[in-house]
Formats: sequence, structure tokens, C-alpha cells
Amino acid sequence: MNATIGRLLLTRLVAAILTLWFVATVVFVITNLLPGDVAQELLGQSATPEAVAGLRKALGLDLPPWQRYLEWLWKMVQGDAGRSLVNGSPVAALIGSRLGNSLILAGITALVAVPVALVLGITAAVHRGSVYDRVVGAGTVLAVSVPEFLVASAAVLVFAVQLRWVPALSQLGRLETVLDVVRTFALPVLTLTFVIVAQMARMTRAALVDVLSSSYIEMARLKGAGQARIVVWHALPNAIGPIANAIAFSLSFLLGGVIIVETIFNYPGIAKLMVDGVSTRDLPLVQACAMLFCGAYLLLVTMADVAAILANPRLRHR
Amino acid sequence: MSSTTIPARRGPMAILARTGRMIMPAIVLFWLAMAFFGYWVAPYDPAGIQDADLFEGMSRKFWLGTDYFGRDMLSRIVAGARYTVGISLMATSLAVASGVLLGLAASAIGGFFDAAVSRFLDALISIPSKMFGLVLVAAFGASIPVLVMTLAVIYLPGCYRINRSVAVNVAALDFVAVARARGESTLYIMLREILPNMIGPVLADFGLRFIYVVLLLSSLSFLGLGVQPPQADWGSLVRENMPGLPYGAPAVIMPAIAIASLTIAVNLTIDSVFGRHTREGVR
Repeated sequence: MNATIGRLLLTRLVAAILTLWFVATVVFVITNLLPGDVAQELLGQSATPEAVAGLRKALGLDLPPWQRYLEWLWKMVQGDAGRSLVNGSPVAALIGSRLGNSLILAGITALVAVPVALVLGITAAVHRGSVYDRVVGAGTVLAVSVPEFLVASAAVLVFAVQLRWVPALSQLGRLETVLDVVRTFALPVLTLTFVIVAQMARMTRAALVDVLSSSYIEMARLKGAGQARIVVWHALPNAIGPIANAIAFSLSFLLGGVIIVETIFNYPGIAKLMVDGVSTRDLPLVQACAMLFCGAYLLLVTMADVAAILANPRLRHR
Repeated sequence: MSSTTIPARRGPMAILARTGRMIMPAIVLFWLAMAFFGYWVAPYDPAGIQDADLFEGMSRKFWLGTDYFGRDMLSRIVAGARYTVGISLMATSLAVASGVLLGLAASAIGGFFDAAVSRFLDALISIPSKMFGLVLVAAFGASIPVLVMTLAVIYLPGCYRINRSVAVNVAALDFVAVARARGESTLYIMLREILPNMIGPVLADFGLRFIYVVLLLSSLSFLGLGVQPPQADWGSLVRENMPGLPYGAPAVIMPAIAIASLTIAVNLTIDSVFGRHTREGVR
């Protein structure tokens, strides 16, 4: 760790925090742009003007927008996301009860997807131009142009309807044996893995192909090093930065996939909570979930940047 | 050592590739035609309940089976092309047109304008597209004009970024400097000098952007937050027929396959027209 790296990392961190602040502002502006009055909507058309005025005061809607923005931002920073408009319970508690489920789903998917993607990407890069490489390439293009719910419903049709190996819907009720866990998570994890492996394998392949076509690799080949030695010993150490970057960046695709997957499998996670919040127009809940997702996205993208910086040997020895 | 040999153009793989190049644009054209005329060429009334069971399988009478009301699935898919393809085309055109104009303006004007627009739109990219969609729908609802605007706004930043980088490269060429020296107006330089030289990348970007828009629109509709009943695009068709999934009804999988056929066909058409490298650097 030296001064250059420290300064670069600090820049990334500050940039991430500023971006998060910008995102918060965008979310607040969008959700407050419509003249529609939340108090009126909550109480219905038959409410007396006094009741509406009272609720407006209670919700802080009588304050000017910039004041509401500052107050909202300050509370958000402290982790207080207000109360749900639908059932009145604190948004933080609602999210807290679901966050764990989503993290488990994402964690298991990452554990499965990262090794699969690395193997696919590295082998495709090594056998570049072969039929295998082209099949993997075509497969990844197909996988990113297909909607997630097609993957999910095809998986249900094959594994739940035809083969009857797993139940069609996830229920987090019985998780007593290992088999229960596998049966519950198999299809959601399979779908999510499909979605992110394609991206990750493609970026991994590109990173390694880049290194493999540099002249020092040609030198190694000329001096007679074997294929395995060239890949593992010469190429991979220099490709680790871009590959770590690819992994972190691809994991951010989980955030989009998880929205569809939790809905289709009825999985009680935070994305399902947000989708329900959107359909009931529960704006405090939507704001908080959006900030959480954008924060996670920024975290992954920043991690990708940091991995690239740390793995760059030119920066290390300056 | 990078030995990139061009694969020999014979054998079954090559025949497959050649037919693929012919078929893919045909599929794109087919769905485009369905977007305009699908409602009239549908074999049955898309909204009419037929003399059939719910979630019937594929048969000679109902090629793609029936839906949860006993309506003909083929007719509903063909009629739904109007929404999926139509909304996506409008939104993509809007995003690309404003992305190109802003990118051109940024490259031709430069300076503070360029920096300000670039910073603002780049920051917007850091909102994941589905999340952005959910927030916009939560705030503004899901009528079709709002959906078009929502999708256009979400994909404008990415569009701007690509078009600006292309335009900046063109703007650095000598003939643009000549035009400036001649004293041409900024608008003239944008539209007559730079724009004609970036048509290829703009079209390739249009195709890719269209795929993302179709996928996002379908996802929103699938979540029940896109096209609202009684109107139904392909995403809504998947959603409304989800109860048929345990019976293996084609009504669930067929609209999803329609989406996949469109996006894959557009994808491969772009590849064969513009070459594979055009896809790099998109999200």
C-alpha cells in the first residue's frame, strides 16, 4: 500500500458517496414530483379538509420541498426510512425482516455462479477460436438476450412439472435437512446463476484473451513452456485484476435478476417487498428499497474498481 | 501468440451460419409486421373466449393452446406484438434521438455544456435500470405514454455516452475543423458534418438499446407494473397465465419464447450487419 494507491482508493470512495447522494436526490425528486397529495390519497375522497390538513401536518407535507428533502436525507443517513403508508409499520423493520432472505439467496448464487463462470471463461479463452469457444460465446449471447422469467419458467417446467424433483414455489417453512435446503433454493439459484454466469464468463474470457495475446506470453511460448504452465503461471496473475473486476461487476446483475426471481418463485425477499410496494404505491418503502439496491450496486461497482486498482502492479511499485 | 485463423466456410456449421444470417432479419421483419397488422391477421379475436378448455395444449385448432380464459394464445401473442414492439420502438427512438442530439451538441459545443451534461447523465447510469423503472412507475403509474417516457429516460444516459464518444472522435477530424474555419454554425456542424459520419454506430446502438428496452418492458409487465389489462404485451401474457405453469401449459412459455425470438433475432442481425465488436462496452 503506497500513497498513489491510497489516493486512488480515496477518490473512488468519495466518488461512490457523492454518487449515492446524487441517487438519493434523484429518488426523492422523482417520488415527490407529482402534485398528487399522499394525505388525500390515504384518507380517500370523502375526508374532510380538516382531516386532510391534519394528516398533511403529521406527515410533514406542509413544509416546503427543500426542507422535506433535507429532513428525509438526514433521516435516511441515520437509517430511519419513515413509516409504510400502507400498514403504518416502520419501513426499517419491514426491510430488516426480509433482508436476510435476499442476502442468503444472493450469497448462494454467488457461490455457485463464480466458479462456473471462471471455468467457462478461462477454458473458452484458452481454446480461443475453437468450436467450444464459439459455443460458449453463442450461449452467453443467447443468455443475455433472454428474459429472466423465460429461464425461470422453463426451469420450473423441466424440474418441477416434468421431473418432479423440486416444488414449483419456494417456501421458507421446512428447512430441516440439507435436502430441504437444496429443494428450496435449487430453482431460484439456477435461474439467477444463468443470468449472471453469461456476463461473468464473457468478461473473464475477454480479460484472459487480452493477456494471452500480449508479447510476453508469446515469449513464454517460444521458450517452450507448456500450455498449462503458460495459463496458470504466466497469464492468470496478470488477469486477476480484470477478472475480479468482472466478478464484482457481474454480481451487480444479481440486483436486476433477483427482482424477477423473487416474484416468480414467491420468495419472501426484499425485492418482492419492493415490487409489492410499487403496486400499492407505498412511496417510503419504495424509496428505502431503491436506496438499498442502489447502494448495493454502487458497492459492487466500487469493489470492481478497487480490485482493478489493487491488482495493477504498475501502481504498486511507484 | 494469437493465431486468429478465419474458420473455413464449409461443412454443417457454415451452412447453419448462412441460413441463420438469412432467417434472423426475417424474424425481425415478421414481428415488425405483426406490430402493425397483427390485430387483423390473428386467426381468432384476441379477446374472444373460444369454445375450448382453459390452458389447452397445442392443437391443430389452437396452434399455441389457450389461455386462462380459454382464449386463443396465438392470436393474443400476435396482437400483443403491437404493445411489446410498438412501445419499445417508440421508447428506443426517443432515447436514441435525444441521446444523439445531446451527444452531438456536447461534442460540437464542448466546454462547460459538455462537462455538465456528461457528469449528470453518467451519474444517472449508476441507478440499475430495473430499479429506476420501479421508482418511476411507483411515482407516475403505468399508462402507456408514461411507460414510453420511463423507458426512454432510463436508456438515455447509456445512449448519450456512446453517441458522445463517437461524435467526439468525428469532431476531431480535419473536415470539421475546416467547416469551423468556414464559419459554419454549430447546428450546421452537428447535423451536416458530424451526424452523417456516425450513422453506423448510431444504428447498431439503436438495435442493442431496443433489445434492452424490450427486456425491461417485458419485465415490468411481468411484475404487473407495465402494460395494464385489458391491454396485454408479451410480458403481461406470461404474467396472467402463470397459474397454468404447474400444468405445463404452452400459454406461459410461448409469449416468453416470442420475446426471446425477437431479442435474439435483433441481436444476431446486428452482429451480421455491423460485426461483433459493436457490442462491447454496453450494459
